[in-house]
Amino acid sequence: MHPAERGLDEDSLAAIDAITARHGNRPDALIEIYHEVQEALGHIPEGALPRIARALNISRAEARGVFTFYHDFRDRPAGRHVIKLCRAEACQSMGCRSLEAHAKQRLGIGMGETTGDGEVTLEAVYCLGNCALSPAVMIDGRLYGRVDATRFDALVDEFKRRAAS
Amino acid sequence: MAAARIYVPGDSAACSVGADEVAAAIAAEAAARGITLTIVRNGSRGLLYLEPLVEVATLEGRVAYGPVTAADVPGLFDAGFLEGGAHPLGHGLTEEIPYLKNQERLTFARCGIIDPLSLDEFIAHGGYAGLRHALELAPADIVAEVAASGLRGRGGAGFPTGIKWKTVLDAVADQKYVCCNADEGDSGTFADRMLMEGDPFALIEGMTIAGIATGATQGFIYIRSEYPDAIRVMKQAIAMAEAAGWLGDDIQGSGRRFRLAVRVGAGAYICGEETAMLESLEGRRGMVRPKPPLPALEGLFGKPTVINNVLSFAAVPTILERGAKFYADFGMGRSRGTLPFQLAGNIKRGGLVEKAFGVTLAELVYDFGGGTASGRPARAVQMGGPLGAYLPVSLFTLQQDYETFAENGAMVGHGGLVLFDDTVDMLEQARFAMEFCAVESCGKCTPCRIGSIRGVEVIDRIAAGIDHKRNLDVLTDLCETMTDGSLCAMGGLTPMPVMSALKHFPEDFEPRRATLDAAE
Repeated sequence: MHPAERGLDEDSLAAIDAITARHGNRPDALIEIYHEVQEALGHIPEGALPRIARALNISRAEARGVFTFYHDFRDRPAGRHVIKLCRAEACQSMGCRSLEAHAKQRLGIGMGETTGDGEVTLEAVYCLGNCALSPAVMIDGRLYGRVDATRFDALVDEFKRRAAS
Repeated sequence: MAAARIYVPGDSAACSVGADEVAAAIAAEAAARGITLTIVRNGSRGLLYLEPLVEVATLEGRVAYGPVTAADVPGLFDAGFLEGGAHPLGHGLTEEIPYLKNQERLTFARCGIIDPLSLDEFIAHGGYAGLRHALELAPADIVAEVAASGLRGRGGAGFPTGIKWKTVLDAVADQKYVCCNADEGDSGTFADRMLMEGDPFALIEGMTIAGIATGATQGFIYIRSEYPDAIRVMKQAIAMAEAAGWLGDDIQGSGRRFRLAVRVGAGAYICGEETAMLESLEGRRGMVRPKPPLPALEGLFGKPTVINNVLSFAAVPTILERGAKFYADFGMGRSRGTLPFQLAGNIKRGGLVEKAFGVTLAELVYDFGGGTASGRPARAVQMGGPLGAYLPVSLFTLQQDYETFAENGAMVGHGGLVLFDDTVDMLEQARFAMEFCAVESCGKCTPCRIGSIRGVEVIDRIAAGIDHKRNLDVLTDLCETMTDGSLCAMGGLTPMPVMSALKHFPEDFEPRRATLDAAE
């Protein structure tokens, strides 16, 4: 066992093993495996990489290289809500640069950061495929269109209300 | 009297502006009034500026109301919308709305009309007619038909699809693959998403025909993770097609075999480049492969592989059903058929406009799009995604055609068109093009990996007025290096938005005092 794996509890180890086994420990399934581990554990902990590498019979460097290449995979827990702000050209033409500034100020965090109470993670994304209804935002996998500062605040207030109730 | 049929799109763009709430409000209001009705969650008709667009089936045809909010629903009932009654949000018969009426919908013929996950409705609206015909033909004849149609790669490269398929057909191998590139990462594009959410069987049919035509028995659809709804719909559609014998080991008793699976990307623009996509499908970093070897000869797992975009595959059933000539009769020059253009950005009437090649930018921007959403004068259009050129209003006369755009230092790309009003800062747009390339470069080749970072720095120096003239020369020289020296289109085309901005909007590249934010 790699030292990093010792940082994982039994449940996490079992979940990782079950996922790799379900994919027949095939190296070509590595990205699918990462998606599922992140789905199960909320992020991909340090110890998961050497364990998955061993199961798939690939080097630890390769496992890490794939993990770091893709924007989706995170090495630490995200907030209870993940807000993805589109930064691409169609949204720029409709003012996403000022929306981004507003979002940072409203939440008191920068892009890629999580609020101190663990409520919200703010992330940049380049195109959500909602370019006729810009600016676009995705919250917890749900798409929102025509998001101006007012609508953004209403969406964030909605979390606050739900968290309080 | 039969229960009224109401259509409320389940398309994620429509839902992003409240379609789910509208559907729920209609159901609740009907229940409160003791009215029985059927709500169909169709795809989007593509009139995104009217979403949520509610349609009611009447004897005369479908009548449209939009954009509808949940608060409008009681009023719609009061106005008798179930019989197509007049209402301020009414647009009359959907088919008669000029935006839709003036299109040539071939690839998107069914999108927004049917329940996306009803195989019966798909077939009733002409679905699988192309595949049925293909099953009667020899593989070489299918390929010849696709070649004769003049279909070119709708992902943006415009490579003749028939030639690609013939290469795979002629290759000798124990296994061949069909891969659909559904990693639609270009800003301003949403046609792939709309089709997968609104008419998923059309893509399955096109890919199945490709498999039968080339001898490939396994297909993959590589969908970007930013499209959760498209992923869900495609997976359901594949399961339904399998259950009904349209996919599997013996398609409709023909003895032909074709299976499909969905693979999900993980946030990497470069995976829209075909060889990077193959690497990703094999579970690796999405680093581009040098060509040759061509993927048609050595593609997925080293086997001959057909790789096409969603729109290319989805165009194929029409060609097989109605003949190559029917398709080739649309278009101009060497650009045959139709392209689903996507009107996006600062535009009054954004949406999907499927037109034959030859339509001008002005027709798309003004006749369909209605100019800017802000009401200010238009200043620039970016055609073909983040690697496409910025074009000034004086070039809006350009006709949509691969060769015409290439001659003007621009590209049609995936048909996305992003409009900007006169508040746009073109230096900032050029800088973003370099910044985006720096963020999304796969890192394999130096011109792209390093060049893009240097590009941001040089543009910042130009803005600050440091050695202004010399830095403009450096930027031009850097762009030449990236164009000529990059392995793929990511680094090779990033100079296109940069140099087109510089060429057409030189006034924005004058020195300025305001310093830009440092790149994050």
